[in-house]
Amino acid sequence: MVDRSAEEPLAGRQIALIDLLDRLLNGGAVLTGDVVLSIADVDLVHINLRAVIRSITPDGPAPW
Amino acid sequence: MNSHLQGEAETAAAPRQPLRLPTEQRESGPLWSSYVYAIGRAGTGLGTAAPRLTGLRDGRLRTVTAGPLTALVSSVPADAFSTEGMKAQLENLTELEEIARTHHTVVEAAHTGTTVLPMRLATVYLDDDRVRSMLRERGAEFDALLSRLEGHAELGVKVYADPRATAAEPPPAPDGPDPAASPVSPGRAYLQQRRAQRRTQRDAYRAAGALADDVRVRVAALARDRVVHRPQQGELASGAGENIANEAYLVPTDRIREFHRALAGMADGIPGVRVEVTGPWAPYSFATPPAESRSA
Repeated sequence: MVDRSAEEPLAGRQIALIDLLDRLLNGGAVLTGDVVLSIADVDLVHINLRAVIRSITPDGPAPW
Repeated sequence: MNSHLQGEAETAAAPRQPLRLPTEQRESGPLWSSYVYAIGRAGTGLGTAAPRLTGLRDGRLRTVTAGPLTALVSSVPADAFSTEGMKAQLENLTELEEIARTHHTVVEAAHTGTTVLPMRLATVYLDDDRVRSMLRERGAEFDALLSRLEGHAELGVKVYADPRATAAEPPPAPDGPDPAASPVSPGRAYLQQRRAQRRTQRDAYRAAGALADDVRVRVAALARDRVVHRPQQGELASGAGENIANEAYLVPTDRIREFHRALAGMADGIPGVRVEVTGPWAPYSFATPPAESRSA
């Protein structure tokens, strides 16, 4: 079902944070002109973030 | 270095664009930085979303235009959004979520009205003039990307293998000899059980892999491009089972319905396998030039 409420983007089911981060961190245009956060630092943040996101509770089924 | 109070400096650099003065006091300058959410073409209504929405830290949204391009921007406290401040914020899950959701709300609202190039999370400039010069420097590239994305949206497809879903079902009839005829020792029974368990697991992963391939085939004609994301793992991956495929497709907006239909019910009757479609999203995963996007 395609259901987009133009007026209230956050209405209805809340988007899973992990789906959002997939897009906001792995996707999105990267601007080399960035002054405050240089590209290298952005990537550094990503690495740290990935650690946060991937750490804790490897709760999934044990690899066979 | 001059400070840019109320954004009135540098009008000479963009003479044809009337300056839109924000109605609030905060502006870019030593204490405020400019956070960029998305870029679009000037005059396409990118700004219509701005007055309705609030940016990060309750900052009002505004547009910053240079030539044919417009950026959707809000002011953020310079200290909290400096390199160090940003790092600290992004490593705190609560703050990260706040930033991500706000960023997304703004991008989504803009995307509903026009074609936009979503920025990566935490795209911060010292001031609006830096944003303007960025728009000028990368104008040709952004223009090409916007043309490519026009009339498209992103859809996410995730495939999960969940062996426990199959394990919960009664195990298939033992194919060994009749238990009444030859009593199985406890150790042997255990090994048999383990073997059966392992088999259902392997089957679930195999079936999920095959289904992921099938997804690609089914939507090949409907999507213009595809990007493979890392499978979701860790604390935030709350879905049952293990995510074995996590992909994004660039789909023409008039074919979204068809895309959903093509994947509807495809995991029905396959135990331990699940498909999840998300979106439509603004084209986040396709906002990088093709050459660059392959680096991930």
